[in-house]
Amino acid sequence: MLAVTSAPRIASNKRTVVDARRQQFAKTRHAPEEYPHRLNFYLVPPAGDIALEQFEEWAIARLKVLGELESCQFRNKTPAETDEHMKPVLDKYMRLSSNASRSGEVQDERKRDHYSHWTLRLAFSSTPDLRQRFARLETQLLKLRMASDDARERRAFIDSLSMSWETLSEEEKITWLDQLKAATNLKRDEEESWFKVAWEKVPELVERRQCLLKRGVAYVHVREQQTMVINEFSRQLETGLELAARNLPRMDEDNRLSPILHHLSQSFVAPDAGYSESSSIGDITTPTAAAIDGLSQHFPLCMQNLHRELRKNSHLKHFGRLQYTLFLKGIGLSLQECILFWRKSFKLIADDKFKSDYLYNIRHAYGDVGGDSNRRGRGYTPYSCQKLLTEPAPSAGQTHGCPYRTYNPDNLLSLLQSVGVSDRTLLQGVKEDVGKQRYHIACNRVFDYAHKAQIKKVKDEGLWSASELDLVLHPNAYFKRSFLLKNLGKVKAGDLGVDGAFGVSSGGAGEKMEE
Amino acid sequence: MEDSDMTDAPAAPLGNEEEEQVTDLPTPQDATAGASTKLEDMFGDDSDDDDDEFSSSAPARPAASSQPDPQSAPAPSKPRYAEPDTLRQFYSRLFPFRPLFQWLNHSPTPQPDFQNREFAFVLPGGAYIRYQSFASADLFRKQCIQMTPERFEIGPQYSINPRDRKTLRKASAFRPVMKELVFDIDMTDYDPIRTCCSGAAICPKCWQFITMAIKVVDAALREDFGFQHILWVYSGRRGAHAWISDKRAREMDDTKRRALANYLVLVSGNEQGKKTGIKRPLHPHIDRSLKILNPYFQTDVLADQDPWHSAERAEKLLALLPDKTLTTALQKKWDSSPNRSSNQKWSDIDTVAEAGNLSATFTAKQLVEAKQDIRLEYTYPRLDAEVSKKLNHLLKSPFVVHPGTGRVCVPIDTRSLEDFDPFSVPTVTQLLQEIDAWDAEHVGMTEEDRAKVQDWQRTSLKPYVEYFRGYVAGLLKAESAAGKRGREEEGVAGSESMEF
Ligand SMILES: [Zn+2]
Repeated sequence: MLAVTSAPRIASNKRTVVDARRQQFAKTRHAPEEYPHRLNFYLVPPAGDIALEQFEEWAIARLKVLGELESCQFRNKTPAETDEHMKPVLDKYMRLSSNASRSGEVQDERKRDHYSHWTLRLAFSSTPDLRQRFARLETQLLKLRMASDDARERRAFIDSLSMSWETLSEEEKITWLDQLKAATNLKRDEEESWFKVAWEKVPELVERRQCLLKRGVAYVHVREQQTMVINEFSRQLETGLELAARNLPRMDEDNRLSPILHHLSQSFVAPDAGYSESSSIGDITTPTAAAIDGLSQHFPLCMQNLHRELRKNSHLKHFGRLQYTLFLKGIGLSLQECILFWRKSFKLIADDKFKSDYLYNIRHAYGDVGGDSNRRGRGYTPYSCQKLLTEPAPSAGQTHGCPYRTYNPDNLLSLLQSVGVSDRTLLQGVKEDVGKQRYHIACNRVFDYAHKAQIKKVKDEGLWSASELDLVLHPNAYFKRSFLLKNLGKVKAGDLGVDGAFGVSSGGAGEKMEE
Repeated sequence: MEDSDMTDAPAAPLGNEEEEQVTDLPTPQDATAGASTKLEDMFGDDSDDDDDEFSSSAPARPAASSQPDPQSAPAPSKPRYAEPDTLRQFYSRLFPFRPLFQWLNHSPTPQPDFQNREFAFVLPGGAYIRYQSFASADLFRKQCIQMTPERFEIGPQYSINPRDRKTLRKASAFRPVMKELVFDIDMTDYDPIRTCCSGAAICPKCWQFITMAIKVVDAALREDFGFQHILWVYSGRRGAHAWISDKRAREMDDTKRRALANYLVLVSGNEQGKKTGIKRPLHPHIDRSLKILNPYFQTDVLADQDPWHSAERAEKLLALLPDKTLTTALQKKWDSSPNRSSNQKWSDIDTVAEAGNLSATFTAKQLVEAKQDIRLEYTYPRLDAEVSKKLNHLLKSPFVVHPGTGRVCVPIDTRSLEDFDPFSVPTVTQLLQEIDAWDAEHVGMTEEDRAKVQDWQRTSLKPYVEYFRGYVAGLLKAESAAGKRGREEEGVAGSESMEF
């Protein structure tokens, strides 16, 4: 996560900026912020003071919620499953209490909800793809919350919206009754109650011919009301995002906000996942240089690709080498074994040249050499998906990065086929994900397919908790999970430790470090 | 979609490099930029005066070159109506630029509605030039005379002048903001059900399908959506376009356009006998459409098209009937008397069914519904809906010459829709001859009296231009009334704050 070392100073500066900007509107536009309803359409931007760390912290919490929501969708969870999965997530990161709860936190919770929405709205307005994803997830979030809202409070919220709908008079109802019933497909047990609204407010119903139209007015059955509210929210948010996009250049001038917004939008490309030492398999077995070829079946595409390139050319360029070295360090390969691995792999390179050109970089990556801080931090952290997805794209001849992002779709599909991924539906799904720039989703899709049977087993037998099957967001997490799943019985039985080597590999994966 | 009639390319992403290159070609207008500026000064801004672009004092046609003897002249590489000289005559003497400008501009004085609107030109050499725009009707007219486009298309109004789009730092700031809602009905979509012609050909029998479609769509647009300013235009060969200019229609985004288009589209039941999925009870729009279409089904489909006459074609009808007992009985009947007309076969369905040839599970009500579905299949409008779904889609302008037929794309007066005859629509060559004929007939007239009759008034284009002028006047009147209300509302909107 972003380390805001000078947060207090920035916060006070920020406060001044917000104040100055707000001054001219303060009197006319912004009433003191109160939140009578649990749900919010977020029509008005926040007006209050907020410290920069809160600004970021609240946004990160919301991002976590949206990320979980997206993973539910990717996993094709039913609404009930999604609800079940999201309840603890929402409670932890973005609790919103009802009025009836009489909680003292109600206003603060709603303020956080309000502010974090607007922060992310700004962060994700920059590209059409981010706007679309953000609007989709926010809409789902509202739907989820609306379903869990107290019925009376929900009614009060809906009534508070300026949806400009009007209930039909008895006379109108009698005049048009047959047409109303036919147009809205009224069932026997449904109440004979309709309302009127401009047809532009209900394009979904018009499109499916599920309302009666008269001179531009749509006659809609009351059962559609909640859907209408959700759709209206989605529409207004999309418009709001477009507007924010057009105003973004002005925001960029505030150099205190832009790095945070930038970081948040990167986190949305793929949620950030720090490297965790538990991604190493050092506690199960001791990987050796000679074992890498065999272990590479568990590598994500980005690393398999590097491995294949290395085997093909007996060489890898600098950034590819760095990415791969750190990954190998992350799986638990010791420095000695890593040096041995590269030495053997670069078989066309003489010892002298290897020592002078390559050895230092490997040791540096492991924190064996370099400045104090590098050694103290035990070198660099293995790269996360987010890092790979947001770094500059490789130029010709380079093979580092995430292939889902760097390869054009045709080459990507042939690369996948060459590593044995050939299911047509799966490849179609990958193509769609990639088209929507959801690279990490594509990678998870491939993972889930390749480990279908094992995932089913651990689910069915309750061997793993749900969180152990969350989206993979780090190449090393991918490796570890694949390794464990493919060795289910053996790991449990301790068969893998045949070498008796539970020894900690020297200079192995370090703790989480700041970059 | 008609081959040279429509453009489906414009939905391409903006800022596409290839497009940019096309528009980078030096245009005649660029070459004469100095001259047109001066002319603009001379003419001043557009006044609301009479149609000075129709003035008979417009450059006279060079007599020799414009009327080559068709027998003795060397064979032209193009038909006469597509020659640049013919088109130049057409644009300078006949084309109603002034009302066209007002129609797209919604006001007598130039507005962004017109000035920031994209025009695309198809030049005689085949080049397609996009993102043209014009400050006034007169500048537009001058470029047409200069470049003699075979046809031109009308696109949306953009957020800025389309000619300035490359000066923007952010490509996203260049976006379409307004365009008429448009529809395209093309006869080729009727090929599966018409028997008289196919492909590009039409005849009075199948033109009836276009008439039916206009009636149904026009009724829905007026009664269901409340639109009032609907212009129907003959596409010049085998179809019709609709342009809806109500403010509410012009401002629709793509979501609303798609919704409206899909409201009108009925998924075809196709020949494999798949269910059309039309739900019951019928939606009031479908119910009304069916009432409009029923008489046409009897005369124009059953009698004139006779779509199920041969045994082979009758299979299509059987495929649309969902009851096996019924179809077997009908098949047997038609096998023994093979020459029954479609009209007879249609009534055979009821006769055979009433004689007890229905499965136990198939009710009389279901039979009625199946027959409704078939009537819809053979009469309901077949729209090329994609054209209607996008704000930035371009569509051929009214009054241009169809490059394949030479006919002018004239408006269709829906008050006398049944009388519209595509074969009596004048061609551009015919119109130019009519001017000459009028001149010959009126040699005795004084110069002053002749000048009172403008060129278009000397031709059979007159009723179409007059209808169009009347239509545009109605639109402008409604617009100025609505404009006042709109301006008051705009004062409040558009001040969204982003200071957060
Ligand atoms: Zn025909």
